Amino acid sequence: MELTVEGLSVARGGMPVLEGLTFTLTTGNILILRGPNGSGKTTLLRTLAGLQPPLAGRIGLPPEAIAYGAHADGLKATLSVAENLTFWARVYGTTDIEPALAQFNLKGLRNRAAHSLSAGQKRRLGLARLLVTGRRFWLLDEPTVSLDQASVGLFADAVRSHVAGGGAALIATHIDLGLAAETLDVAPFRADPDRPTRTPTAFDEAFT
Amino acid sequence: MIALLVRDLRLAVRAGGGFGLGLAFFLIVTVLVPFAVGPEGETLARIAPGILWVGALLACLLSLDRIFQLDFEDGSLDLLATAPLPMEGAVVVKALAHWLTTGLPLTLAAPVFGILMNMQAPGHWWIFVTLLIGTPALSMIGAFGAALTVGLKRGGLLLSLLVLPLYVPTLIFGAEAATRGGAGMAVTTPILMLAGITAGVVAFLPFAAAAAIRINIR
Repeated sequence: MELTVEGLSVARGGMPVLEGLTFTLTTGNILILRGPNGSGKTTLLRTLAGLQPPLAGRIGLPPEAIAYGAHADGLKATLSVAENLTFWARVYGTTDIEPALAQFNLKGLRNRAAHSLSAGQKRRLGLARLLVTGRRFWLLDEPTVSLDQASVGLFADAVRSHVAGGGAALIATHIDLGLAAETLDVAPFRADPDRPTRTPTAFDEAFT
Repeated sequence: MIALLVRDLRLAVRAGGGFGLGLAFFLIVTVLVPFAVGPEGETLARIAPGILWVGALLACLLSLDRIFQLDFEDGSLDLLATAPLPMEGAVVVKALAHWLTTGLPLTLAAPVFGILMNMQAPGHWWIFVTLLIGTPALSMIGAFGAALTVGLKRGGLLLSLLVLPLYVPTLIFGAEAATRGGAGMAVTTPILMLAGITAGVVAFLPFAAAAAIRINIR
């Protein structure tokens, strides 16, 4: 299975941010996205996840293969750790949350309400969600924000075992995760902001 | 889908979920009306179905902005959009959860609150029946309005302005059927219209709401 991207252009708020992006990610591999703030990494990941349409180009990926990990963890504050994770497991049609709890060292916290977790613990719970999706391609947006050194290690281990088990990961990050991975710097693909373009906005689309 | 329903119901009854808020508001409205219009039993009995319908409608409005806004703010709406659940299905389930936590309690409470309005015997039954048929439409239209305004700061007021005019047909036929039923007249026509509105709304609006959400989370 592979994720192929050909000549992809993505836009944020009607302004093109990345143009002419071409790469392939096959299972068993990790691709690290690099680029300065505002260079369009998040927009690229959101486009690949299907949350917004691309401006141009083609995205080829097998159906039901993507698990998207956003900046926000999507946790419900009044639900416990186990309830939060069980919900996502059931949405994705899986049942066993124990490996995910163990992987991210959350077993001792399973009955704690999510609002009483620290920022790093919340992030770990957000990342544990990826394991219960059972999806092959992980699209991760700055997954290590607010994680301590040990938790970054846990996360790197999780990615390694996921990839070893036939998965793949596309990770936008600024730090060195210590993973054997290829790197894609998006800076050369940045769209020229001065070049006049006519891009369809949501408003136009409502009338087409 | 059941997982989402269970989660939303659980969130509604946990602290800060707002369960019971609409019901308390409904009770206060029905208590306030006799203070405002005076205690004559005859007047109250005559306006009871209309007041109960307006009260239920306003109580329903209170919790509408929570349907999608909270999920949008904590990022779970994005994650739901990438999940295998179709967005249309998520909209239906969330509207159903809203109805179970708001519309259904209002429906069950209305006959009891009718006593405060000096409602007479067959009237209790008909206010129950009309609300049972009509409130699902209120939740579904509300979910559509919430989908349109999701992501807007302070979208709650705009939501009310959008949704209240759409509630008018349900209110007209619901209150009419309840009034006629209470007076012992034929109710078939308004009941059928009410049921038709609900059926149409439940059939079409999930698609419109899902499209609105997809545009709003871009």
